Amino acid sequence: MGKRAAIVGFGQTKGSSSRKDVNGIEMIHEAVSAALADAELGIEDIDAVVIGNMDHFEGINYVDMWSVEGSGGVMKPIIKVTTGGTTGTTVAMCAYYHVASGLFDRVLAIGWEKNSESDTTGAIITAYDPIWERPNMAGAIGGLAVDASRYMHDHGVTERDGARVTVRDRLNALNNPYAHLRQEWMRGKDVATLVDLLVSSEENQVLAYPLRMSDLCPRTDAAAALIFASEDVAETIAPVPAWVLAVANRHNTVYYGDLDWSLNETLEAASRQAFAKVGIREPLKEIDVCELYLPYSYAGLAWIESIGFCGPGEGRRLLWDGVTDMDGEIPMNPSGGVMSSNPIGATGVIRVGEAAIQIMGKAGLRQLNRDVKIAMATGFGGCYWADVLLLGKNKPL
Amino acid sequence: MKDAKPTCEGRIKVPYKWFVGETGSRFFAALRDRCEIWGTRCSRCNKVYVPPVKNCWGCFQPLDEWVPVSDSGVVESFTVARCPDAMFGLDPPVVYGLIRLGKASGSLLHYIGEARPEEVKVGMRVKAVFADRRSGNILDIKYFAPVRE
Repeated sequence: MGKRAAIVGFGQTKGSSSRKDVNGIEMIHEAVSAALADAELGIEDIDAVVIGNMDHFEGINYVDMWSVEGSGGVMKPIIKVTTGGTTGTTVAMCAYYHVASGLFDRVLAIGWEKNSESDTTGAIITAYDPIWERPNMAGAIGGLAVDASRYMHDHGVTERDGARVTVRDRLNALNNPYAHLRQEWMRGKDVATLVDLLVSSEENQVLAYPLRMSDLCPRTDAAAALIFASEDVAETIAPVPAWVLAVANRHNTVYYGDLDWSLNETLEAASRQAFAKVGIREPLKEIDVCELYLPYSYAGLAWIESIGFCGPGEGRRLLWDGVTDMDGEIPMNPSGGVMSSNPIGATGVIRVGEAAIQIMGKAGLRQLNRDVKIAMATGFGGCYWADVLLLGKNKPL
Repeated sequence: MKDAKPTCEGRIKVPYKWFVGETGSRFFAALRDRCEIWGTRCSRCNKVYVPPVKNCWGCFQPLDEWVPVSDSGVVESFTVARCPDAMFGLDPPVVYGLIRLGKASGSLLHYIGEARPEEVKVGMRVKAVFADRRSGNILDIKYFAPVRE
């Protein structure tokens, strides 16, 4: 009874540092309404809801029930999913499982976060082991800094290389009306000038060596929603559905010190599984666009190596050669990516949704200037678990 | 709208106590009482775990062999936290990193002390400095200090 499944609708709110005009439920409602409108469906058409955020950011532990005014989930089956940074991609995967199982035809997947409502660093520390790691580590930045520090040491990477990733994503964000950080001062300047400005700016302070302000994502308030539909109804809802070709997820081990820092092991394994499922041998050539969960600049070098777009230490060459820019061979993060908006529980939903609209041809100013047949979306959870989704224009066999 | 209350404040404080378990307790007792660092070893894959684990996560089998591990090792990576944070009991800059001790397979996450931030490098040798008053937790190691040749 397994069914093929596709994304047939996507909606999101504009990211901002603080949505003072709405509460969380109301913000969710905006995204759900946008997704329903995109698919030209009503809430009565939805068979089930999957929703996710990270409990500690808002102090709401029963979001499945709490959010029904916004989700439209009254008297529907609702499941809450929380997997840290990957929450949004896991929400999407879980909605896909609902449809692929054959049990539901139209499933709403919602991710949201109001990071402005608490202390993001204080909440993120609850993702570290209380006995062995919390006493001498804090928040998200430190862990990523340790990763970056090792990567720079191993491959002779410089802060200019990191800044190159930031510049790509933030320039792309200028094409995305929903992006949180739209840095208008960057518009029209060339890449090398922008890199020079970032690495020489005194205002661009170092937070944790080697990471400066410009190497990190913002903390964002936003919500996003996707609608998944089974093969029985997908093509009647969307003219061009974005079919789910493969999903993969890997977790490894909890303590920071036990990880293999020479690569992102979970992202590598999940990517490899997804590529095998679809028959992709040369990801750089065969994938048309990526929306990658890159929460800090150096991930845009190191993790694209782990995915298999290039060999170890070669990520910066791809960046400087423009291979990952909008007109390059494998454009990455046309939306501006996580470096431009990070409403944590929604971030993965946005990755999947932005990948889907490239296939559906609905990406507006950030639409690629070519036919997008295969799009990749990833999710990252710290410390270091990974989700991978591949979407396609052609219905899978 | 002008008179509306824009936010409602919450000050939820939920105290926790986390049980260390028998395996972790044995590690902390040796650390507290004798300033010794011990790991658990898997007989199947030969991994030596510091911090110790009760079950090998690779082989999924229980570990009952304890091995002493050197209190000196190598900095595998590090960062320098420049901003104050309530989570730290220390004033910035705070240097911490991953320290691979002796024959341990993985690293221990801990502070690096007695070194200026710009002196710290990947590959640097460091040695544990123990707290004078030890109470059976990971901060019984005060920090790791550079081994000056």
